[in-house]
Amino acid sequence: MKKITALLLALVMVCALAACGGNSAPAASEAPAAEGEAPAAETPAAAEVKVGFILLHDENSTYDKNFLEAAVASCEKLGVEYVVKSNIPEGQECYDAAAELVDAGCNIVFADSFGHESYMIQAAKEFPEVQFCHATGTKAHTENLANYHNAFASIYEGRFLAGVAAGMKLNEMIEAGEFTADEAKIGYVGAYPYAEVKSGYTSFFLGARSVCPTATMEVTFTNSWYDEALEKEGATRLINNGCKLISQHADSMGAPTACEDAGVPDVSYNGSTLAACPNTFIVSSRIDWSPYYEYMITCVQNGEAIDTDWCGTIETGSVVLTEVNTAAAAEGTQEAIDQVKAQLVAGELHVFDTATWTVNGETLTEYLADVDDMGDYQPETNVIADGYFHESEFRSAPYFDIDIDGITNIDA
Amino acid sequence: MRETVHNPLFHVVRRGVIPAWRAWLIRGGAILLSLVACGLVTTAVTGENPLAVYVTVFNGSFGTSRKFWTLLQNVAMLLCIALAVTPAFKMRFWNIGGEGQVLMGGLAAAACMICFRNSLPNGAIIALMVVSSILAGAVWGGIPGFFKAKWNTNETLFTLMMNYVATQLVAYFCVVWESPKGSGQIGVINQSTELGWLPVIGGQRYLLNVLVVLAVLAFVYIYLNYTKHGYEISVVGESERTARYVGIKVEKVIIRTMLLSGAICGLAGLLLVGSTNHTLTTTIAAGRGFTAVMVSWLAKFNPIWMVATSFLLVFLERGAGEISTNFGLNQSFSDILTGVILFFIIGSEFFINYRICFRRSTEREG
Repeated sequence: MKKITALLLALVMVCALAACGGNSAPAASEAPAAEGEAPAAETPAAAEVKVGFILLHDENSTYDKNFLEAAVASCEKLGVEYVVKSNIPEGQECYDAAAELVDAGCNIVFADSFGHESYMIQAAKEFPEVQFCHATGTKAHTENLANYHNAFASIYEGRFLAGVAAGMKLNEMIEAGEFTADEAKIGYVGAYPYAEVKSGYTSFFLGARSVCPTATMEVTFTNSWYDEALEKEGATRLINNGCKLISQHADSMGAPTACEDAGVPDVSYNGSTLAACPNTFIVSSRIDWSPYYEYMITCVQNGEAIDTDWCGTIETGSVVLTEVNTAAAAEGTQEAIDQVKAQLVAGELHVFDTATWTVNGETLTEYLADVDDMGDYQPETNVIADGYFHESEFRSAPYFDIDIDGITNIDA
Repeated sequence: MRETVHNPLFHVVRRGVIPAWRAWLIRGGAILLSLVACGLVTTAVTGENPLAVYVTVFNGSFGTSRKFWTLLQNVAMLLCIALAVTPAFKMRFWNIGGEGQVLMGGLAAAACMICFRNSLPNGAIIALMVVSSILAGAVWGGIPGFFKAKWNTNETLFTLMMNYVATQLVAYFCVVWESPKGSGQIGVINQSTELGWLPVIGGQRYLLNVLVVLAVLAFVYIYLNYTKHGYEISVVGESERTARYVGIKVEKVIIRTMLLSGAICGLAGLLLVGSTNHTLTTTIAAGRGFTAVMVSWLAKFNPIWMVATSFLLVFLERGAGEISTNFGLNQSFSDILTGVILFFIIGSEFFINYRICFRRSTEREG
C-alpha cells in the first residue's frame, strides 16, 4: 500500500510539473509554429504574407507529395511563412481547416483536391480579405468572387511527351522481337472516368501512337483517387491481359510496384518512382506547382490581383518531365522528348490534332464541352477549331472527355 | 536430482470489488502515466520539448473559439453514434455496423435533398429528410437484428458486412448524382438554394447538432435506466435464459433494440449530411461507427460517462492534427501518441480487475 501511495505521489508531482509548464505555454507553442518560417524576410512586404496549404493526404500520396515539395520550396525561396494541414477530407473539414488557417493569420489559403472546391468557395465568401486558391477546380470563372481562384496546367502536353517515351519503348521491344507490332498494347490505370483522367490518358496514348502507329490501349478505372491495392490489382490485370507497358493516373505506388514485380515498363505520373522501380521506371510527367505558388505569393506581396483561372504550360515551367531512366527507356528517348517539346512550344504540333484521332471512324469538326460547370451537365462551348481540340484554353481544368478509337475501357 | 521450487517474481491475483474512488484513481494514474510515456516517446523520436507538444495538443481543441466549436461538433457526432450502439451493447448484441447505419441515414437525407429540390418547399423536404433518414438507419440496423432473433445469425459479422453493402450503395449513388460528370463526387448539394439544409441556430453552425445530441443523450439515459424496455435490455444482456424464464420475449427485444440503435445512427447521418457537410461521400462517417464502440466500452455503457470518453478521444484526435501541423510531423506520429494513451487507458482496466503480488523473499539461490 505504501508503494502505491508513493507511486501516486510521484504521479501527482509529475502532474504538477506539467501544470506549471503549462503556464509558459504560449511561448513554447510559438516556437515550433515558426519552424516553417524562412529566415528573415528580404523585403518588408514579404513578411506580411503567410500561406496556408490544405492537402487531401500527406506525403505518402504521390499527388500530395508533389504539391507539398513545391510549396515548401516556393515559400522558402520567397521567404514567406507557411502552414500545412494534411489529411483534410473533401467535406466540411476543408472549410474548418481553411477558416482555422485564416484565424492563424494566413492571407493566402491553397487547397489541392478537386472535392475541396465547394468548401473553399464557402470560406472565400466568408473571408473576402483572404485569397483562396484551388488547384484542379472548375468554378472560379463562373463564381465571380474577387478572392477565389482556380489553377491548373496544360498537363496533357506533358502526358503527350511521356507518351512519346512509351511509344519508343514499344518500338524497341518490337525490334528486339519480344512481340509483334500488332501486339503493342498499352495498359492504363485510371482513377475516375472524369475529364481530367480521360484527357490525360488520351494525350498519353496519342503521344505513344505518334511514334508507334500500331499501338492500342486498354483502360481500367479504380473509382478512387488513392487506393494502393486496387491500383496494383488493376495494373496486374492489364499485364495479364497482354499489355506490354503500363501507365497510370492514380496517386499511390500501386501500379508502379506491380510493374516492377512483373518486369513490365511503366511510365509514371506526379513524380519519379525510380527509387522503388529501378528496372521498369521510364519517365514521369508532373505538374510543377512552384511557378504558380511564386506567382500567387508575389501577387499578394505586390497587392495585385491573382488570375481567376491560371493555366501553367511547358513555357512557365509548370509542365515538366522527370529525368529519363536510361536503364529502362529506349535509346534516344531524351532527344526525342526534347524535339517534340520544342514543336509543342513553337505551336507547330497540337496534342489533340483532329487528324490524329477519330471517334467511330470519323474525324470530329466540332465538339461541345461542359466548360461552365453549373451542375447541369449541359455542354455549351465548342472547343474544336483550326483542326485541333483546344484543351485547357477556355478554363484551366481539362474538359477533354471524348472516347476515341483505339482505346478500350475494359470495365465497360 | 535436486528439486527446486520456482517462486515467480510476481503473480497475478483477481481483485474483489474495489471502491469506485480507487478504480478512478487507477484510471487517472494511467492517463498521467500515458502522458509521461508520450513525452518520452516524443523527445526520443523527434527531439521536441514534450511540454510544448502537450500545449499544442491542448490548443488543438481550445486554441480559438472556432477550434472549440469544431471540437464540440466532433464530440457530438461521435457521442451520438456511441449512444446509438449502446442499447445493443447492453443487450450483448455487438452492433459494429454503426458506420453503415449512419451512411444509410445520410444517403436517405441526400436523396430527399436531390430528388425533391424542384418539387417541394424547404420545410417539406426537411421533414421528409428527418423521417426517411431515421427510417433508413432503423431498417439497416433492424435487418441483422431480425436475422439474429429468427435464426441466431452472428451479429458481429452481419453488422460488419452491412457496412460494406452501405458503403457500396453510397458509392453507387455518388456516381448517379455526380457533378461534374465522371468525377464520382456529388459536391455540395443545393449550394445556391440551400434547400434541405438544416437551420443554423444562434448563428453557430454546429449548435443544432450539439443540442440534438444532448436530447439524444437524455433520451438514451432515461430509456436505459428508467423504462421497462431498458430493464428488459439489461435482463437479456445478463442472461437470455433468465429473460425467457421471466417471460420477456427475447426476439422482440432484440429486433426492437436494433431498430432503435439503427434509428439513432440514421439521425447521426441526417445531421452529418443535412447540417454539417451538405454532401454525401463514402467516408462521411469517418470511422466513427467503429470509434463509437470504444467510446461505449470505455464508459462501461454508461451514457453520461460517454460524454467524457468521446470528449477524450476527439480531444486527442484534434490535438494530434494540431501536432502534425505545428511541428511538421506526419499525422502518423499523432496516431502513435493516441495509441500510447489508449494502450494505458485500456491497460488500466487490467489493474482494476487484478492485483499483482511481487515475490516477498529476497533470498538468493546458491
